[in-house]
Amino acid sequence: MSTILAKKPASLTDVPMHYCPGCGHGIVHRLLAETFEELKIADRVIGVAPVGCAVFADSYFACDCVQGAHGRGPAIATGIKRSKPQAIVFSYQGDGDLASIGMAEIVHAAVRSENITVIFINNAIYGMTGGQMAPTTLVGQVATTAPKGRDPKLQGWPINMCEMLSQITGSKYLARVAVDTPQNVLKAKQCIKKAFENQVNGVGFSMVEVLSQCPTNWHASVEQALEFVRTKMMPQYPLGVFKDEGGK
Amino acid sequence: MPRIEVDDNRCKACYLCVNACPKKCLGKSKTISKKGYFPAVQERPQDCIGCKMCYVICPDVAITVLKD
Amino acid sequence: MTEKTLRKGNEALAEGAIRAGARFFAGYPITPQNEVPEYMAAYMADAGGAFVQAESEVAAINMVYGAAATGTRSMTSSSSPGISLKQEGITYLASADLPCLIVNVMRGGPGLGSIGGAQGDYFQATRGGGNGDYHVIVLAPNSVEELGNFPKLGFDLAEKYRMPCMILADGILGQMMESMAFNFDPIDPNKLGKFDWAVDINKNGRAKNNVFSYKGDNLIADVVERAKRYGLIEKTEARYEERNAEDCDVLLVAYGLSSRACLEAVNRAKEEGLKVGLFRPITLWPFPSKRLAELAKNVKAILTVEQSLGQLVQDVKLAVGDKTPIYLQAYPAGGQPDGAAILTGVRSCLNGGKEGLFDLQEHAKGFTYECKRDLSLGVQGDRKGETK
Repeated sequence: MSTILAKKPASLTDVPMHYCPGCGHGIVHRLLAETFEELKIADRVIGVAPVGCAVFADSYFACDCVQGAHGRGPAIATGIKRSKPQAIVFSYQGDGDLASIGMAEIVHAAVRSENITVIFINNAIYGMTGGQMAPTTLVGQVATTAPKGRDPKLQGWPINMCEMLSQITGSKYLARVAVDTPQNVLKAKQCIKKAFENQVNGVGFSMVEVLSQCPTNWHASVEQALEFVRTKMMPQYPLGVFKDEGGK
Repeated sequence: MPRIEVDDNRCKACYLCVNACPKKCLGKSKTISKKGYFPAVQERPQDCIGCKMCYVICPDVAITVLKD
Repeated sequence: MTEKTLRKGNEALAEGAIRAGARFFAGYPITPQNEVPEYMAAYMADAGGAFVQAESEVAAINMVYGAAATGTRSMTSSSSPGISLKQEGITYLASADLPCLIVNVMRGGPGLGSIGGAQGDYFQATRGGGNGDYHVIVLAPNSVEELGNFPKLGFDLAEKYRMPCMILADGILGQMMESMAFNFDPIDPNKLGKFDWAVDINKNGRAKNNVFSYKGDNLIADVVERAKRYGLIEKTEARYEERNAEDCDVLLVAYGLSSRACLEAVNRAKEEGLKVGLFRPITLWPFPSKRLAELAKNVKAILTVEQSLGQLVQDVKLAVGDKTPIYLQAYPAGGQPDGAAILTGVRSCLNGGKEGLFDLQEHAKGFTYECKRDLSLGVQGDRKGETK
């Protein structure tokens, strides 16, 4: 008789994920699912899936899900949470979604300190649409709409959302993590768990930014993509907890 | 004895698990899966220490870690 | 049911919505609908609901999307330019089959326009408004009493057919005060059942519910299937009001505020010995085409009176065809109709005159126009002095 040490959590469905090989989304999905079970909140979770690579996230999470318009996740989550205060509501968003078209929604969800959890996948590129420049694209990084690399004179500089949102009183928990190594994945898990614990405890707006690899649109092998996260992204987007007013 | 099972229906052959394994006991399958990938496979189960690093890094949640 | 009280239109609407069981409201300030969110801010929490002043109309409608997904009676209100911003959310709501109430207290347009009452958003409301093939049910009140009572009708229809419902009012209706009574008892949302499609907590092993607008391979089937509901709604839910409509020579067609000026014209006409009737669509979509076509057979002419530049008249033409002459009296961009002017139009309908009638080709007769570039002003490609 064999014992199971680790397997796909029940909070994920059996639907195989469509993400490209090596993409970080699936790891983050699993961390969320594990968190739901460990915090025993699986029956209370309602997810908001974005427009972008994670548009099908509603098929992967076993919880009830709402898929909404590009950038509007925090607004949709606000509507759900205010209507069902007992629900644990999360908005799952990419960088174009959260830091470009949805900038107003994320900032004002933080301003209102909505008691929701936001998972922000930062891979410095528009993935689903095929590699266009994102607000988080690094200086010099080539994208289909920045064919010569991002030039600050023309396209400005990358935006650091955790640092920016940390200026808002309503932000209660802000952390940036990565999923490039098993060690970082385990650290990411702790932060994601904290962000959901905060919601359970009524702390207010919590967001975890995840530096995630996009081998496909970076035109890199999986190994090269992990290297890019470490050597290029982390200097621009340092890992760490930027705000923690959650208490114990 | 710890060992792993890889779900060929989910694995997309990114081999993050192969690189993550501290005992280097995973490898690439010689046979193609229904999905068109050469999935990861545990080549040397006898070396597995059940550390779950492969499970932790797998983006497709394709790995189950067991102990017999 | 209540006794008659004096209420402002926007406040009657807001109170009516709370009475109808609305427990989520998100909005953004815009004149002339500000009393609606202000009323909600004051009373929604006491009713056990949530009011959110959103960061934009776009955010507000998406908050409604989230709240409606939980099965909560949810609504937003705005005015013309704000409703344009909400179209993103409205097409998503329609696509995700979510019932909700959207109120447009119309003002003059296009663009920022003016803050006076107008009816320029008829096409936007009745044709869907956002991208893709869809409809919203459109209710057009013409009194403070209807403004107060239509939220219940709107929620009932929206839920019955799982789609957004819009109340299309205007700045004057919203701002004016009238004696009114609610014709229904307050609804306690705790006594309303749940929907089997809504997202919720305490799933207790039921299959998961997804509310989504992305349909992928199922899109065609989904849109075609939803159209059956539209067909059913067109057949069964068209609402209208008639005055002297079965015994008149000229039938006025007007909705909302315009219909009140038309009523004045109907009454004055009687004094003059003219036989004038009124057909007032209460649902603009579904448009009460069948009844209008029946009435059209027995009249000499139809005069459409609208506070827009020929929008309603197109539905009248679609309904009636070319058997009956159809004329238009148009008051675009915030212009206000009055009974005397309408009667002038009525006389023109009967005697072949042009006074008081609007015809686009007549309007543009002899007019020429051409915008030209002028090299003497310099060349467009000259970017000297620019920093990038």
